[in-house]
Amino acid sequence: MPGRILDVDVPEGRPDLRTGTVDFGGVRRPVCLAYTPEAEVGDYVIVHVGFAISRVDEDEAAKTLAVLRAMPDALATELGPA
Amino acid sequence: MRYLDEYRDPELARRLLAELRATATRPWTIMEVCGGQTHTIVRQGIDELLPAGIRMIHGPGCPVCVTPLEMVDKAVAVAGRPGVIFTSYGDMLRVPGTTGDLLGVKARGGDVRVVYTPLEAVRIAAANPDKQVVFFAVGFETTAPANAMAVLHAARAGLTNFSMLVSHVLVPPAITAILDAPDNEVRAFLAAGHVCAVMGWTQYEPIAARYRVPIVVTGFEPLDLLEGILMAVRQLEEGRAEVENQYARAVRRDGNLEAQQAIRRVFRVTGRAWRGIGRIPESGLSLSTEFAGYDAETRFGTESLAVRENPECIAGEILRGTKLPTDCTAYRVRCTPRTPLGAPMVSAEGTCAAFHAAGRRPSTVEAS
Repeated sequence: MPGRILDVDVPEGRPDLRTGTVDFGGVRRPVCLAYTPEAEVGDYVIVHVGFAISRVDEDEAAKTLAVLRAMPDALATELGPA
Repeated sequence: MRYLDEYRDPELARRLLAELRATATRPWTIMEVCGGQTHTIVRQGIDELLPAGIRMIHGPGCPVCVTPLEMVDKAVAVAGRPGVIFTSYGDMLRVPGTTGDLLGVKARGGDVRVVYTPLEAVRIAAANPDKQVVFFAVGFETTAPANAMAVLHAARAGLTNFSMLVSHVLVPPAITAILDAPDNEVRAFLAAGHVCAVMGWTQYEPIAARYRVPIVVTGFEPLDLLEGILMAVRQLEEGRAEVENQYARAVRRDGNLEAQQAIRRVFRVTGRAWRGIGRIPESGLSLSTEFAGYDAETRFGTESLAVRENPECIAGEILRGTKLPTDCTAYRVRCTPRTPLGAPMVSAEGTCAAFHAAGRRPSTVEAS
């Protein structure tokens, strides 16, 4: 699940130790951010076994949802109430 | 929660299902590779909502499930040695080996510890210089960057009491093996979004072209899966066979280059045995020559062990997608998450555990 970066810490000269606190819907965990050097405070990251492997791209997320929301609703009536 | 709730919107799910019904004119069989995706599909009942004829086959993407029995037995053997602290992700502790599991070693007084990240294992090694600390490095491309970093940190700290029992596997060779099987029914794949977040999707392009099979990089929320299935069905209906990316918010074509660099430095590609499937060439990772000194198999001289699977367990057929958990005579009777006979009932990503958690019974599935 994606979590939001609350703070970032990079020890002097050790980019491999770039870490941060990430909030997962109220649960906070320390996360290694060495593989996502572009991710900053406020960004959302995908975390696996304590490592951020990807920064969530807000523009792409919005685009995906826009495509889904633009889908026709005409057939929904055939399916009855949700 | 942001990036979660909006991908669980029932109204949009209804529209996607309507669009799928309008798009699919023929029956198609699609495999979702990743166990996390299987979990969402089964828990949400997505497979039962799809238009008639669209069949989901649950793939082998459960790292705990495909870790070979011999490796589990080696873990049990190493963990039982005096002076060893054995560290592992929690799921692996209850995977049954030939004669027992890691939890049993712990119960008999062995020092077996669950860690959330491999860096914890490195910290344990630094804090216990008089002990040998072994980390059970299992998983797909998603955990490889973390495990690589653990080795790099141990090397930088000069730790001589840290090693890894490595059983890493890779997704693309497994997809190829499934497509090469003479009885293969899969016509399209949903590739695992987080594996591709690390590796990108260029490795899948030659597979899509060679086998004429659509591959859609897909996320893990219900709308992600429905959209991934829709994209795959559109390709199938239009006769296209391309790699498409549904999970654009998390996956870039080239993946995570920093993570790939660490993987390439610490590991090398090797043949691996997959539990239930067998040996697949160039389908896994071992430590590279530079870091071979951190290999627990060499350090502890683990020899080949005679292994024996539970004869009633059909995990192999489940992992190949030829049978469902509900086809198993032990399912919900002699095999439950509390008393698993095979790995797919242990892991949260296992198909059997997903079926069990969703309360699937043999009759409901057969009727669907």
